[in-house]
Amino acid sequence: MRSDGSQSAPLGLKVAAACGLLFLHLPILLIFVYAFTTEEKSFVWPPPGLTTQWFAVTWNRPDVWQALSLSVRVAAISTAIALILGTLCSAAVSRTKFFGRETISLLVILPIALPGIITGIALRSAFSLADIPFSFWTIVLGHATFCVVVVYNNAVARFRRTSGSMIEASMDLGADGFQTFRHVVLPNIATALLAGGMLAFALSFDEVIVTTFTAGQQQTLPIWMLEELIRPRQRPVTNVVAMVVVLVTLLPILAAYYLTRDGDQIAGSGK
Amino acid sequence: MSLDAAMPRATAPAILPGSGGLRGTLSDLFWRRPKVLLLLMLLPPVLWLGIVYIGSLFALLAQSFFSIDEFSGLINRQFTLKTYGDLFQAANLDIILRTVTMAALVTLASVAVAFPIAYYAARYARGRWKALFYLGIMLPLWSSYLVKIYAWKLILAKEGILTWLLAKLHLLWVLDAWLSLPVVGGNSLSVSFTGTFIVFVYVWLPFMILPVQAALERVPGNLVEASSDLGASPGQTFRNVLFPLALPGIVAGSIFTFSLTLGDYIIPQIIGTSRLFIGQAVYSQQGTAGNIPLAAAFTVVPIVIMGFYLWGAKRMGAFDAL
Repeated sequence: MRSDGSQSAPLGLKVAAACGLLFLHLPILLIFVYAFTTEEKSFVWPPPGLTTQWFAVTWNRPDVWQALSLSVRVAAISTAIALILGTLCSAAVSRTKFFGRETISLLVILPIALPGIITGIALRSAFSLADIPFSFWTIVLGHATFCVVVVYNNAVARFRRTSGSMIEASMDLGADGFQTFRHVVLPNIATALLAGGMLAFALSFDEVIVTTFTAGQQQTLPIWMLEELIRPRQRPVTNVVAMVVVLVTLLPILAAYYLTRDGDQIAGSGK
Repeated sequence: MSLDAAMPRATAPAILPGSGGLRGTLSDLFWRRPKVLLLLMLLPPVLWLGIVYIGSLFALLAQSFFSIDEFSGLINRQFTLKTYGDLFQAANLDIILRTVTMAALVTLASVAVAFPIAYYAARYARGRWKALFYLGIMLPLWSSYLVKIYAWKLILAKEGILTWLLAKLHLLWVLDAWLSLPVVGGNSLSVSFTGTFIVFVYVWLPFMILPVQAALERVPGNLVEASSDLGASPGQTFRNVLFPLALPGIVAGSIFTFSLTLGDYIIPQIIGTSRLFIGQAVYSQQGTAGNIPLAAAFTVVPIVIMGFYLWGAKRMGAFDAL
């Protein structure tokens, strides 16, 4: 380990930190091994043999594809809504000081600060009071609500680093409000928005607690997995899906990290 | 609004003429009246969150004051406190107590596991290692919640890797002795409170590491050096210097671990005993039992607990560490 040069960490601390990180990562790595196991009925370790046949089996399962497609559609639309609402809100909060500014920040953060079950059952009771039937849009309604905060956090952090004098300079040079937005503001916040959008997508793609309350009979991929966890039908297929989900969520997180790493390491701090 | 008439175009030649048309008018309007722009920017998010979210919360709150007719199973939409009275039945109090105890234990364990990682990342990791630590905490934080639970189902299963490892180390008797204990034990780890506890700690751990690391990064290194120069042992430095300075971060992290444990219903359902937690009680009351008023009253419990918790945390300055 490289240290500051001034002093090196005590051995006990190194061991404790390394064990902590292993504790965080080994369980996820285990999923990768189980995706190849030949065992069908139990979670036996070590796997009696390795095979790739379950990938083909999973590929031909229409229920997995349907769940995946619903999840992707929900995540895409929720992300789009969250991008618009989150950007507007962060621009307003960071550009101006106004009465109730703190309240607005709290309002944005609340859906993620309160346990998901509260958001879920609150939405469900609102749907039942208003006689709204469950549909694709009831899922989107819930997801967009808690995705706003991720976009908001990323955009606020970027606005804080973008100096307001650039906007003034653009105006002084004769650009109107829309030109300034298009040519000065947008390029500055684009990567933060991209990162926020990716994290919002990952958050929505993975969300299960709120979704169980707003989906009715529809199955998103996490709901499909939850069903499999409670009443296992074909364990190897679940293993493969779990591995694919890990890989699919890994990419946006890594991308979001590289997009925002210079300076503001705020990307996930509000999840 | 009459804009065109009052425009100072002619008197101030340094300012270009407006570009005209709807776009120009709008652009000028926003420049002259920033409040209009502010209002337009705030309106969509506030409307969305206000109607969808706050509206739903009020709908939920309203439901908790309704009651269920025990004979017909229909919901009686009249104000009553009877549903809140039902919360104080022995079985329901038991659920609340069990959940709060679990949340407290999970929080303490998360602090113990998170502190060394956060301390190392804040004080010793530099450059490439720092990025590695950051990703090492962010990746588990953002990877799929269900997949993480599933991984632990694989690990804790009777035929799984943990039993295999302990058998190789000839330590199986430790596991058997632990599982034969009354409350924490069970048939196997995946159907015991111990299993539930481990998975809770695992899933919420990154939420504790990040704020603790943020708090520790603000502690100047020379404070620690000064403490040892003045003759304090490492233990004394930790107790009297580091820990008090990291406390706001720990409290900030505990808001997440505590609140998330209070509201979760999936982890104890998949890995745990048949005894319920608040989240499961809410879920079964609104689902199979159809008693939405009681479910709503149950959700008010974590809201109230978290309200007090946040109030205390704010007094300790935890929000600055977020």
